[in-house]
Amino acid sequence: MKNGFAVFFAVFVALGGSWLGLVVGPTLQLGTATLDTVLNSSDTWPQQRTGEATLGLQIYRANGCAACHTEQVRQDGVQAEVSLTGLGKSKPEDFKAFVQSLFILPELEKVTNDLTAFLKDWNGELPKTFLTTDDLEAANTMADRLKAAGLKSETLIVATGADIAHGWGIRRSVAADYLYDVPVQLGSLRVGPDLAAVGVRDPLASWQLLHLYAPGAVVKNSAMPSFKFLFEVSKIGAAPSPDALNLPKEFAPPAGCEVVPKPEAKELVAYLLSLRADAPLYEAPFTPAITKP
Amino acid sequence: MTGTKQNISAEIDASCRVPLLALFGGAALWLVAGLAFALVASLTFHNPEMFAGCPFITYGHAVAAANDLLVYGFAIPAALGVILWIFARLSHAELVLPLVPVAAANLWHLGVFIGLATILCGGSSGFTWLEFPRASAMLLGVSFVLIAISAVATFGQRKERELYPSHWFLLAALLWFPWIYSTANLFLVTTTPVRGVTQAVIGWWFANNLIFVWLALVGVGVAFYFLPKLAGRPLQSRFYALFAFWTLILFGTWCGIPQSAPVPAWLPAASAIASMLLIVPLIAIAVIAVKTVCSAKVVCKGGPFCYLKFGMAAFILSGLMLVVEACPQCSRVLELTWFGQAQTQLQILGFFAIVICGAIYEILPRVMGFELPFPKFVRLQHWCFMLGTLLLAGSLAVAGVEQGLKFYSPDAALPALRISTLGWTFFLLGSLLLAANIFVITFRWKLALAKTVIAYVKSPLETSSASASLRRDQGEVKS
Repeated sequence: MKNGFAVFFAVFVALGGSWLGLVVGPTLQLGTATLDTVLNSSDTWPQQRTGEATLGLQIYRANGCAACHTEQVRQDGVQAEVSLTGLGKSKPEDFKAFVQSLFILPELEKVTNDLTAFLKDWNGELPKTFLTTDDLEAANTMADRLKAAGLKSETLIVATGADIAHGWGIRRSVAADYLYDVPVQLGSLRVGPDLAAVGVRDPLASWQLLHLYAPGAVVKNSAMPSFKFLFEVSKIGAAPSPDALNLPKEFAPPAGCEVVPKPEAKELVAYLLSLRADAPLYEAPFTPAITKP
Repeated sequence: MTGTKQNISAEIDASCRVPLLALFGGAALWLVAGLAFALVASLTFHNPEMFAGCPFITYGHAVAAANDLLVYGFAIPAALGVILWIFARLSHAELVLPLVPVAAANLWHLGVFIGLATILCGGSSGFTWLEFPRASAMLLGVSFVLIAISAVATFGQRKERELYPSHWFLLAALLWFPWIYSTANLFLVTTTPVRGVTQAVIGWWFANNLIFVWLALVGVGVAFYFLPKLAGRPLQSRFYALFAFWTLILFGTWCGIPQSAPVPAWLPAASAIASMLLIVPLIAIAVIAVKTVCSAKVVCKGGPFCYLKFGMAAFILSGLMLVVEACPQCSRVLELTWFGQAQTQLQILGFFAIVICGAIYEILPRVMGFELPFPKFVRLQHWCFMLGTLLLAGSLAVAGVEQGLKFYSPDAALPALRISTLGWTFFLLGSLLLAANIFVITFRWKLALAKTVIAYVKSPLETSSASASLRRDQGEVKS
């Protein structure tokens, strides 16, 4: 280790390895990513934000919202929920006997105990979820056999994990979700709740505005500071503004005044409502809920 | 013989005086300012409405300002000052191009000031540790390279060709910062950054390499210089140090991608493996520190030796926390909680700030040619920083575990977060003591300088006329 240049060269190679691996590698792999396709559909993902929401992303950045909020939902795995929706010409007893006859199949070995427990308690009501398992092969086998026997069933794919159980998202976040974000603000600390699907969770713009102006008005004991400077308190003119917030008494402005959101507040809310992550993708599948008209 | 040796050392120290003052003075001010911002941010957990009316110090602004001032305002300039002095001493040569670091230090502090103003006005880039705008980043990058040129030129003057272990660590740090900082700024802080989640990957890579690897390279390099000097026995041993250095830069630089990140799975997997392997350099560094320090018969009495010992212990702990965070079983609980912040603050304040402050207290009296104005403050600051580290890192780590076990319930972390305010307060008090010592010693030096000048002006006329005639003679020779 006498030669300064030799040390420099070796250090250069060692550090360059990390640069190639964690900067150049991901740039080559992900830097050319294009729109993803929604599962079982020709729609593309992610959807382009509206102009207002795009401006709102910059309000989110400028105020440092990412210091307290993340935009990434984690997932442990997926589960299949097989439910019986119709018996056709058979009776419940026939179904029980049919399922028991399937226990010899090697694919169903892991779920035999669950099925036995279900059959014991089931009194014939329909529709009924009779198999919940993370063994997707077993669920598929079951569905195929039921179909062949003329029984009607439905299989739902559901993402599992603590974040999803708490209603913070429907599926895990994937790289494609952030394609249009500049800058991408994943956040690293959850002082407040995750916002990856806040547009699905709290879809009302009026609620969001109220929450920004006075978090305590809608969430009890909220630890979030209010963002009052995104709003204007002004005297009510000839007619009240249609945008004025409908505040509870203790947060209301003095009599004769109203609280009107500035454009920044509206843009921020448009951005928050654009955070949805509710399309099933190949890398994050789930069965979307069918919205009834 | 010793007389001439001391004279040479005194001349080397004197050549570093002005550059080091420019770097340390600004660093001390930014440390105070950064900790004040951190305290303001922390007060939000006592009353969320405290600063809610002011658009300039939202929680997000205060946190970003605090973090950037601690790292770019304090840690890096202070580190550069210490590196310049160590290189000059190891080379047995005066600082080369001493005016370059003086100018660069002022540019650096200007860059930090512009960056701070931009963050407070809402112009942050939105990437952690890269909030400063393009103009600041340019100033910081240019200043760093200028100071590095002076350091490397001084390194080139060395008479002993064999490199000391500190050389490896500090040279690697001088190379690595411009590399990661320019990469991150060119890829992220532009109008056309890389696409999608790649931004986050590069952001994590930069954050880990700045906060863990860069601070570790400088802090450990500085400790490997001062620990043997203060303990009065050689580093134990050179071979271990070489091993620790290579394993640190091979494994440490690959850490930092969170385990559940929404990116291709090979990235978190590579980071997890690198984090597990990080135990190897951590053990090596711990063995070196313990073997060097333990049988030394030196009582530290709250002096620089204490600073360095505590700092090294904090480094090992912070490294182990990084390993725990990357372990798949633990990451499920600890991810996205305050635990990560506890590790970051332990690394910046508990390890790096303490090691660098110890080094500054060791260097300052030599460079200035004065004793410290408040020698008792050294011990007091050590206590402040130790208590601050325990309260801050301890309470944030507890907050993180609470949060992880109770699914991010805001109330679960709140009691511990309120205790962390006390930790920030202790750090702020300690930093005021450091600033007092640096600024009073600077003032005394300037006073002495002024006295010398006055004495020179008032001195008998013959001397000045003689020198005037001498100058005239030289002028004639030239013409």
